[in-house]
This record gives sequence, C-alpha cells and structure tokens, in this order.
Amino acid sequence: MLSSERARGIFYQFLLLAAVFGLGWYLVGNTLHNLSTRQIQVGFEFLGREAGFEIAESQIAYAPSDSYFRAFLVGLFNTLHVALLGIVLATVLGTLVGIARLSSNWLMSRLASAYVETMRNIPLLLQLFVWYGLFTELMPPVRQAIELGGGIFVTQRGLYYPWPEPHAAWSAAGWALLAGAALAFAWRGHARRVQERTGRQLPVGLVAAALLAGLPLAAWLALGAPTQLVYPELRGFNFRGGKVLSPEFLALLIGLSTYTAAFVAEIVRAGILAVDKGQTEAAMSLGLTRGQDLRLVTLPQALRVIIPPMTSQYLNLTKNSSLAVAIGYPDLVAVANTTMNQTGQAIEAIAILMAVYLTISLLISLFMNWYNNRVRLVER
Amino acid sequence: MADPATRAAASAKPPASRGGPFAWMRTNLFATPFDAALTVLLLAALAWLVPKASGWLFVDAVWGRQPLEACDAVRGQGACWAVVWEKFRFMMFGVYPFDEQWRPALAILVLTGLLVVSAFRAFWNKRLALIWTAGIALTFWLMGGGLGLTPVRAEQWGGLPVTLILAIFGIAFAFPLGVLLALGRRSQLPLVRAFCVVYIEVIRGVPLITVLFMASVMFALFMPEGMRIEQLLRAQIAIILFVAAYLAEAVRGGLQAVPKGQYEAAEALGLPYWKSMGLIVLPQALRISIPPIVNSFISLFKDTSLVVIIGIYDFAYAVKKSVETDFAWKKYFIEAFLFSIVIYWIYCFAMSKYSQKLERDFARGHHR
Repeated sequence: MLSSERARGIFYQFLLLAAVFGLGWYLVGNTLHNLSTRQIQVGFEFLGREAGFEIAESQIAYAPSDSYFRAFLVGLFNTLHVALLGIVLATVLGTLVGIARLSSNWLMSRLASAYVETMRNIPLLLQLFVWYGLFTELMPPVRQAIELGGGIFVTQRGLYYPWPEPHAAWSAAGWALLAGAALAFAWRGHARRVQERTGRQLPVGLVAAALLAGLPLAAWLALGAPTQLVYPELRGFNFRGGKVLSPEFLALLIGLSTYTAAFVAEIVRAGILAVDKGQTEAAMSLGLTRGQDLRLVTLPQALRVIIPPMTSQYLNLTKNSSLAVAIGYPDLVAVANTTMNQTGQAIEAIAILMAVYLTISLLISLFMNWYNNRVRLVER
Repeated sequence: MADPATRAAASAKPPASRGGPFAWMRTNLFATPFDAALTVLLLAALAWLVPKASGWLFVDAVWGRQPLEACDAVRGQGACWAVVWEKFRFMMFGVYPFDEQWRPALAILVLTGLLVVSAFRAFWNKRLALIWTAGIALTFWLMGGGLGLTPVRAEQWGGLPVTLILAIFGIAFAFPLGVLLALGRRSQLPLVRAFCVVYIEVIRGVPLITVLFMASVMFALFMPEGMRIEQLLRAQIAIILFVAAYLAEAVRGGLQAVPKGQYEAAEALGLPYWKSMGLIVLPQALRISIPPIVNSFISLFKDTSLVVIIGIYDFAYAVKKSVETDFAWKKYFIEAFLFSIVIYWIYCFAMSKYSQKLERDFARGHHR
C-alpha cells in the first residue's frame, strides 16, 4: 500500500514537472520565434544605451543623455522615496485613527469609523485621480501663488519651500546626526547591561535626546552656523530657488498614506482590543499611570498582534506606489513603461520590474520578521 | 444556562434617572474634561465643515439635465451634478454602441443579481453553481450578441459591466485555481509544494500592474504566430492568475484551521486523498475562509480599476475619459469622479458589511 502511494506521488510530481516544462518549452519556443520574426534583440545591453527621455523629478543627478540603467535607478529611488515617507505617514495617521475608533468619546469614534469605511471602500486609483485633480486644477496658477508664510508657496505646479544654501556645516550636521544615533543606540545597550548587572537605572531617553540634538547642533555651530536660506522666488514663468514638492508626488504620497491608514487603523484597533482588559487593570492596581500602562503593558502586547498584518500593509503600500504611472509621477513602473515603449524590450523591462519589487518585498518581510521576533512573547 | 433571576436582572432596564439623552451625553461625550474639550472641538469643526460641504454638494449644486452655463454660473459655490446627467451613458457603458445600451444595462442587473443571490446562505449548495453558469452565459449573450442580438465585439465593451465582469469572472475562475494552489502548498509531495510556494510568493510579491503589463505586452510574444487574444480577455486572465495567489492564502488559512483530527479521521476511514479533501477537509476549510475570500473579492473589485493603465474601458476609465475628452465639461471632473466613487463605494461597502456579518455569524457558530 505504502509503496503504491509513494509510486503515485512520484508519478503525480513527474506529471506536474512534465506539464510545467512542456508549457514553458512551448511558450519560450513561441517567444523566440516571435522575437526573431520581429527582429527584437533579447538581452540587457539596452541598459547601457542613452535613455534620451526627461524625468521630471529625481533624487540623484540625471540627464536625458544618461543610460537606461541610470533612468531605472532614478525610478527606483523615486519609488523608495514615496514608499518610505508613505509608510511613516500611514503608520502615524493609522495609529491615531485606530486609537480614535476606540475612544470613549462617541463623536470621535464615529468620525474615525466613517473615515475607515470611506477610505477603504474606494479604489485607490480614483482617490489618486481626485487628489491629483485637486492639486493641478484647483490650486492657483504660478502667478497667483498662495503664500503660506515663511516663504512657502502653493501653486498648481506644487508646493515651493525654502531650503538652506549648500554649506559644509549642513552636511556635517547630517553626519553628526547619524553618529549621534549610533552612539545613542550603543548607550542604550550599555545602560541595559549595567541594569542587568547592578540593578542601577541609567538615564536612556535623556542621553539619547542630548546626543541626537546636541551633536548635529555642535557640528553646525562649529562650522560657522550658516543661516542662509534660499527662498523660492517668482522669476519669469516659474519659481526659482528653494525646493519643490510636485503635485504628482504630493497626490501620490497623500493618496497612498490616507488609503493605507484606514487599513492600519483597523489593525491597530484589533491589536489593542486583543490585549486582555485585566492587563490594564493589573497595571492600574500596580500604581502605573495611564501612559506607563500604555507604554509598558498594553503596547508591547498589542504589537505582537499588530506586526504581522502591518507588514502586509507596508508591502501593499510599496506595491501600490506603482499606481504612480497613472498620474505621471516618475516611479520605477513609469520609467519601465517609457523604456518599453522606446526600446521594445518588454520582457527585460518587466523582468527588472518584477525582480526589484520581489527584492523590496523580501527585504521588508525580513526586517519586519526580525522585529517581530524581537517583540514576540518569549515563553519558557 | 443562567438561572432565571440573573437573566431577569440582566434584561431589566436601568433606573429611569440614569436613562435619557442627558445621561447618554454625559457618559459618551463629556465623561472627562479632556473628553468634553474634544467634543467641543469636534463639534466646532463639524459646525464649520458640514454647512460648507452640504452647501457645495446639495444646496447650491446644479441638479438634473442642465446646460453648461448653469454650472458655470455657480462655479466655486456649488457642485455641477449636471455633468453626471450629461455623461451618464458614456460613464456607465463606455463606447458600447449607443442603440444597444439596454443590453449592458441588463447585464449590470444580471451580474449584481448574481452577487446578491450568492450572499444568501439558503443558496449555498449545488443550485448556486447552476445559477452562476446561467448568469455567466446570459451576460455573455447580452454583451456579445449573437443568437438574435447584433454581435458586439469585446473591444467595444465598456463601463460598469466590464468592471463587474472582470471582478466576478475573476473570482469565479480564480477560486478553483486558488483551492488547488492551497492544497498544493500543503501537499506531501515536495515538487508540487515547491511549485505552489514559488507561484504564490512571486505573484503576491509583485504589483498587479506588472502582471497586467505582462498580459498586455508579453502575451502576444508567448502565443504562436497569428493567434491574437482580445485585450479584455488578456486582462481577465492576468486578474485570474493574480487573484488565485491571494485566494490560495485565504484557503490555506482555512485548511490550517481544520483540526488535525479531521485529517486523521478521513485517513482512518481509508478515503483516498481527493475524497478526504473533497468530502471532509475542504467543506470545513472553505467555510472558515469565506470571510477572507469575501475580503479578497472586495480588493479585487477595487483593483479592477487598474486596467485603466493598460487602456481597458472599465468603469473608472470610462468616467475618466468622459470628462477628459470634453473640453467644455472637463472642469467638472471632481463631480464625475465623486459619482464613480459613490458607485464603487456602494458595492464595496455592502460587501464589507456582509463580510463582517458573516464573520460574526461564524464566530457565533463556534461557541455553541
């Protein structure tokens, strides 16, 4: 009996293998034939050729004379830029809405549930269209820009804001911030070890704050404390100087984060509800304050429930940033789309797209799993 | 069972002095100083926002079939709902031949009816399969023509029926595929398992757009020369392949929730694999996975709008095109999008409430 079951198992697997290979063989055969009749070269050599198209915004230096490879890099950085900011915004907004839904204030909780039910039942694409439309159509043209004060202007071409003039002190402050973070992290480890050994509690929050704020400040002061800002100024047909957030970027960022926040809110709510009420009561009877209860008792337990579904929301947000192509923000998909149209290298462009998104998904999963392992319940 | 005295106490009304709107407000709106401040703040915000919003949306808005000038007169103060009347048929049916538009209208009813019928648990048996087969056949006849109706090619389909078709057929065909993938992922056979894991994880790791791109640009390369597949069908296949991976995970959750004893019981009865799955494990697993399946259906319903990007005339694209291509009405695009948002919202909200109700019902079923 066992042997026949095993034999059947092997037979089924062989069948599947044959089917997959057969299908693959057939498709590859067709593809090769089609490629040769259309005289399309397969391969990634095109990445080295000159891209020749403009990209409206970029985190790294780029000119149309750069290669397709560099264009893809620009797209990738734009995707990461909007996704990272979106994740931060969605987490903050979603947590607030999730807590608001649990508020004992009837009005607050009703408004929060109305938000959740509205946002998550409308296709994200339509929300993006509306946001984009609002920015480009309802904001004033450049000449009638609204000044929000402090040199910040709102126009239909985006949000212009002042930016410090390039100076060695600013970059030094940036590096000092990184160093401060590393030192604060090390200090936290040291404090924990001291506490484990002697029971003495060293101040962690205070020292970390001093390091994070003090070091950059010191670096900035040491190198001359430049205060020169470049203000956006209306010159000719557009603003010059300062920095700008384009309407495409703003629409995508706001759309992605408000949409994902609705899902995050539900996850946070479920996570907090999952913590037994007795835990809060126990914390109260120990004499902990409401804040201490939240920070030391409720939140650590809620996080265990929250993190796995939160990971999928972060992944969704990153994947959803691909909708950028619909409103003209030059993300990875938009660059790949232009490349496909120009070179006809559809297979390669789509392969790059898929590989990049798979890598991003994998990295986010790895990081969140690492974090999940850190906060999970350690049982005897 | 609680004793009668406890039950009577539990069902007794609170003392009259604690009831009434004032008591309700005290506990729900003004329990603490912070609560009171929050309530006042929110009320102030609402008092500012609600008249403004309802003024624009309803009071000062232009309703009914009215000329463009009527809208231009109230521009800025009121919404122009006349754009919905003006563009209604194009939004709903896209480029479908004008005189035949009663057919997609009927198709919308048929497809919506399918959804409604499937929601009743009284129909959850063999009859449902029959109803679905009939509904799908009827939809194709209405949309495509033939057998007495003028044939309409799929390129001319558009609007809400296309959205419904992509979503409903998407789930109908992805469902069996998803069940197979879920079973494969939990199979004892290493090759089968590996194949399913790779498929599910790869598809779930990439955005739907890339799969749609693949269908739109690469399908033509995969097929033998001379064989062409309609763009709509290609998008439909892409959606099916995509959703199947998500459904597989929903079903896998259900399979994992079935107690091990049930698998062992099936084995002890000497049932072969397919019989033990089909008769014992799957019925229980699917019942558990119905709420997550409904949820994937809701996201699929919203995600069908992404076919806009490869230029298929679904509802979202028809709405976008209806205002984009008409320079005069273009400035009232927000009203047009709000109209489509309301339609999407009605479908999704109904399904979402239904899924929450199912979840509660099933949770109750577990605590007998």
